[in-house]
Amino acid sequence: MTPDMVDMLAMLTPLLAAAIQSGAPLLFATVGEIITERSGTLNLGVEGMMLCGALAAFVVSLGTGSPWLGALAGCAAGALLAVLHGLATLTCGGNQVVSGLALTILGVGLADTLGAGHIGQVAPGFDPVAIPVLSSIPVLGPALFTQDALVYLSFGTPLAVWVLLFRTRWGLHLQAAGENPAAARAAGVSPLRWRWIGILAGGALCGLGGAYLSLSATHLWTTNLTAGRGWIAVALVIFCAWRPQRAMLGAYLFGGVMALQLRLQAMGAALPSSLLLMMPYAMTVLALVAFSRAKSRAAGRNLPPAALGVPLAGPQGGEGR
Amino acid sequence: MRAFVVALALALLACLPMQAAAEDMKVGFIYVSPVGDAGWSWAHDQGRQAVDAMDGVSTSYVESVPEGPDAERVIAGLARKGHSLIFTTSFGYMDPTLKVAGQFPDVTFMHCSGFKTGPNMGNYFGRMYQARYLTGLVAGKMTKGNIIGYVAAFPIPEVIRGINAFTLGVREVNPKAEVRVVWTKTWYDPALEKDAAKSLLDVGADVIAQHQDSPGPQEAAMEKGVYSIGYNSDMSSFAPKAHLTAAVWNWPVFYTEMVKQVQNKTWKPEALWWGMDTGLVDIAPMGPMVPQDVKDMVEAKKKAIIDKSFTVFAGPVKDQKGEERIKAGAMPEDKELLGMTWFVEGVVGSTE
Repeated sequence: MTPDMVDMLAMLTPLLAAAIQSGAPLLFATVGEIITERSGTLNLGVEGMMLCGALAAFVVSLGTGSPWLGALAGCAAGALLAVLHGLATLTCGGNQVVSGLALTILGVGLADTLGAGHIGQVAPGFDPVAIPVLSSIPVLGPALFTQDALVYLSFGTPLAVWVLLFRTRWGLHLQAAGENPAAARAAGVSPLRWRWIGILAGGALCGLGGAYLSLSATHLWTTNLTAGRGWIAVALVIFCAWRPQRAMLGAYLFGGVMALQLRLQAMGAALPSSLLLMMPYAMTVLALVAFSRAKSRAAGRNLPPAALGVPLAGPQGGEGR
Repeated sequence: MRAFVVALALALLACLPMQAAAEDMKVGFIYVSPVGDAGWSWAHDQGRQAVDAMDGVSTSYVESVPEGPDAERVIAGLARKGHSLIFTTSFGYMDPTLKVAGQFPDVTFMHCSGFKTGPNMGNYFGRMYQARYLTGLVAGKMTKGNIIGYVAAFPIPEVIRGINAFTLGVREVNPKAEVRVVWTKTWYDPALEKDAAKSLLDVGADVIAQHQDSPGPQEAAMEKGVYSIGYNSDMSSFAPKAHLTAAVWNWPVFYTEMVKQVQNKTWKPEALWWGMDTGLVDIAPMGPMVPQDVKDMVEAKKKAIIDKSFTVFAGPVKDQKGEERIKAGAMPEDKELLGMTWFVEGVVGSTE
């Protein structure tokens, strides 16, 4: 049975809305990781930072009754965990991959342990608010402008980060720390300081992505609430070639295909569910291949920051700080 | 990833003072998720607490134990610490349990939801489909648009059997209604389960049922202002206005009986599949929105299941293509039910 066109059109608005919602936590985390990697640090602790952010947001919202304070706490928890990564990789010059993986294990374990008592509770969260006029645009209006506050924030975040990274002096300094720390230092910019800023800002956004899951997507806390979304965000960073504007494309594509396969099932499309569930991942892989082909053509345009993962004290980072 | 938690739990377990008197029988439980989840493990832990309240028995448990090699270590750890009866409560513990049972012939092992037994190992489960049939009656009566959504984890016989029994209940009272199934391929991802429920709401479902361990689908139903049916335990606290009833586990009756059998040395390594007559499976109290005549009808059917004057899946049962899979007048065999991989008439969805 093939769903007919009328059905398809009526499904479009809820599908778009769902794509934006499932994309939002990925978007926060992806943009966060872009900032961190642009400053020269690879942080594989996204999953752990998201989960701790989700827990902190939930607990604070439950305690204070304010989801906004909760979201702030989510940012703080993500940033706090990121401090450990900074201490390990920047202060002690440790291996970034190892430290990031350890951060994920620590974050997941910490959140599971600390959150055990909160499972089954319901905290005040964000509810959809329709924006007058804009929400009455046909098809797109209800999908884009009948969302909750964190979703609106997720629209602005990639844009703001894009401006900060590519249109301000700060952004230039941060990128210099990730591209060529020695040159940055010669120009009087401290790569160490900007790498710290990159790690902390990235952690905060990952925490916010987690907060979205416990305050917007659901109003619950449970063990492993992130269910691997942190790893998808890490992959999306490469997918979007370290560009915040492309992160929107990646996050919504992934969220959209996930939402689509659920809706195809609900509409009674007689396709094997295993095939449908493969779609988001298959699409991501296909897009990655397409992008890397484009990369070889436009040499250099989609490459990672030149000093990504390179310790500041090493030969390429130059001596001293 | 869970290894850290498990290690921590084990460390804590090792530090626990030996509170139990020397002659106390020690009973151990292994859970796949934290007990606080109001779902699968929570329901088992209610049973453990009932055992703990028995005279001369003490209990301990380890939660969030990953299925696989880690489980073997944890199960063996409990056996080594002097537990004489150990319950392993998730499908994936089957082979680890069998292996450890071979190493500790004096300890009794019971594995939930599997199919293997050994000289000192039995398996057990409940006929949850009977409770699902009753919740289907409620859903069939309460739907207005005749579309009911069912968010389901994996297309395995246990889940398919539940969807089928539910649908038979729905169609018993409302032959025009259909049950639409969305697979999530996860037991526990609240955000994804909620979106799966939303996708069913988008196609017009006005009752949402679930075979998932999180209350995500309940939340989606309540936000939309429609009805929901829970699973594992009474989920009404998550969606008070939506929650019609739930298919629930009542493990205390089972676990206390098994402990008694081991104490009295009457325990045998069997495959147990307890039904509603034992009280192991039941439905949660129906919400205030369910009319009295519906409540009465459901209660009457429950009595009929208990006194065996009514059998869920009694023939004729047709599949999605209209083919008769259980012949008219025939009673379903357990083997058939345990290996069920086809949907009954009235289900919209694919078992693949």
